[in-house]
Amino acid sequence: MIKSRILSVTLPVVVLLGALLVWYLVAYFDLFPAYALPSPGAVFKSFQEELETGRLANDIVASLWRVAVGFVTSVILGVPVGLWLGQHLHARNAFVPMLNFFRFLSPLAWIPFAILWFHIGDKPAVFLIFMATFFPLALATMAAVASIPTIYFRVAKDYHYKGIDLLTKVTFPAVLPQIITALRVSYGIAWVVIVAAEMVGCQDGLGYGIWEARNGLRLDAAVCYMIVIGLLGMGIDRLLAQLTKLPGVRWGYER
Amino acid sequence: MNDKYMSRLELNHVSHSYGDVSVLKDLNLSVNPGEIVVLVGPSGCGKTTILNLLSGHIQAHSGSIVREGLIRTVYQHDGLFPWLTVSENIAMGLRSIPDIALRDKELAELIQLIHLEGFENHYPHQLSGGMRQRVELARVIAGDSDILLMDEPFSALDYQTRLRMRRELIRLLEKRPRTVVFVTHDIEEATQLADRVLVLSKRPATICRELHIDAARPRGVTDKAVIHAMEEVLKELGLNTTDTTEG
Repeated sequence: MIKSRILSVTLPVVVLLGALLVWYLVAYFDLFPAYALPSPGAVFKSFQEELETGRLANDIVASLWRVAVGFVTSVILGVPVGLWLGQHLHARNAFVPMLNFFRFLSPLAWIPFAILWFHIGDKPAVFLIFMATFFPLALATMAAVASIPTIYFRVAKDYHYKGIDLLTKVTFPAVLPQIITALRVSYGIAWVVIVAAEMVGCQDGLGYGIWEARNGLRLDAAVCYMIVIGLLGMGIDRLLAQLTKLPGVRWGYER
Repeated sequence: MNDKYMSRLELNHVSHSYGDVSVLKDLNLSVNPGEIVVLVGPSGCGKTTILNLLSGHIQAHSGSIVREGLIRTVYQHDGLFPWLTVSENIAMGLRSIPDIALRDKELAELIQLIHLEGFENHYPHQLSGGMRQRVELARVIAGDSDILLMDEPFSALDYQTRLRMRRELIRLLEKRPRTVVFVTHDIEEATQLADRVLVLSKRPATICRELHIDAARPRGVTDKAVIHAMEEVLKELGLNTTDTTEG
């Protein structure tokens, strides 16, 4: 037990250090020109720079804010829509093809519209995040509701759960574990999309930072932003994963 | 608080079919208040259909059904809400009690009754199969239920737990009498529990034998009355040990 725990901590660190070493060696022996592949040292230096000017912090806040607004909006709308569709067969038949269509439409395809409708600033990025996450969330919630074992509804009927009581005390808790999984997946999509969204319609943000680094041929800065994006994405997913530890949803992951 | 003699449960000339398959044909069944009626029969003969008709989950194609009293069902498994604790699951049965203090008192009593003190805050997936079914029993007898429909409630359990659960059920019903319709394929279980065993024929099901068992409960597996009744039922089903040629 203890041995496997130690391994589970040390092995990823070893892999990470290995990758860093390879990167360092490739840069050290100039296998690629320095402008095409910045060295770890250069990236570290630009890290310090970005931190000192406060630009990095500002970009992080800007990106997190946009993702939060877009994502929360799509949770607030997508989950209820999914709950409703899951309970109504005819509505499901009517709407699912269209929802699926939009789900497979890359959110980036909306960029021209986003800029035309919302100009520049937070709004187009928020809109793109919403378009990227609403459809998968609604569809996942719907599928979860549609597959609730009928026995729960029979029991609910025996104990006189009706209307809003039935929805909040039976239907919703029955799908909550799957909704949490859907949240993690769609949050992942949102975090991927924000980078592209900020490259076009924004004046700040992590995506914009990469775009600007490219314009100034500062790939060291670009890599520094990439590292921040990856780490933040992982960190927030870990936070969302904490939801799976709530006592009322454990059953969904342990059976 | 609870008056089991308010309950009434009757099937009058009920027939039912799924598509072209006729499942029940002109079935008559009347359950007396406080009685334990056990339905046995070959698998697929329509036992569960009868329970579904009694509970109102499906509508009969013809005939009439009389239901009076609050009906609750115990299922073979997964009847508990997995997102609720033992306490919360049992408290579902007490929803109609407005006084919170009284509800808590009832809840504590029920948990004591099924010997699950200390497990109040456990979730169903943290319990054994037998414990889960005990929680189900506590839930259906909680509050003001009159009629219990049991759809093979112990079939998913191992033999020893099954024996214990039968005893448990009898003990609970002694404390809190209810009208019970119990479906099982287990003839031993039927004869240990029932006031009246109804043996069903193959599809379309009719009652081909009615057997009253008067012996006091709890009855042991090896009690004379139980063994005698089992012989009768086995004979009716064509499964008697002395007659193995048919099969």
